[in-house]
Amino acid sequence: MSAVTRLFLSSTRPTGALKFIRATFATQPGSKEHIESLIKDKKLVVFMKGTPDAPQCGFSNAVVQILRFHGVNEFDSYNVLQDENVRQGIKDYSNWPTIPQVYINGEFIGGTDIMIEMHKNGELIEELEKIGIRSDLLDNPDKQA
Amino acid sequence: MPHTADEIKEKLQKALEASYLEVEDLSDGCGAKFQAIIVSKKFEGKPLLQRHRLVNSVLEEEMKSIHAFSQKTLTPEQWEKQQQQ
Repeated sequence: MSAVTRLFLSSTRPTGALKFIRATFATQPGSKEHIESLIKDKKLVVFMKGTPDAPQCGFSNAVVQILRFHGVNEFDSYNVLQDENVRQGIKDYSNWPTIPQVYINGEFIGGTDIMIEMHKNGELIEELEKIGIRSDLLDNPDKQA
Repeated sequence: MPHTADEIKEKLQKALEASYLEVEDLSDGCGAKFQAIIVSKKFEGKPLLQRHRLVNSVLEEEMKSIHAFSQKTLTPEQWEKQQQQ
């Protein structure tokens, strides 16, 4: 690792991108170990196309918007468009063919369809509760999109 | 090899003995996209993720060339309820 890289890694507050870089240096990108290091002990992780602030796919955006609607803005996210190894690796890991992919407590929850269904039937509020997040909808049940 | 909505519909019908099935072709510049509503007794007792995985396994071959696939999976009971709303 170069001195510049070491400086960069040590001086900035850990963000998703930083953890990603660290993990990438440590293990083979996209491998089972790598993916596990990204989701282990994490409450909520989303593998998507683009970033939460700039999604690059309607389906990925839908997941971000649903989470936002529930008041969830803090979560780890990884842009699979930045690394083909991760893009394929995450599909192999979960044995799920599409992006986005949502993980809660290291467990694969599903993609966009499932998030939409869970949002509609109240299951998402329950899942969030399990990880200690109180959905906005509990305080604002009539909230409109 | 591009797939048609009818081919997908047939495969799902056979494998899942669907009591109601709708497959829409929404393909655009991005690639092959399909949207499906599948009502089948085989979904009973299965949580959402398992239902979707079941459908994914039926369409394993097709999935390789499909860019996006949206699915609503319902049991006959859930479908009935929805129709009444």
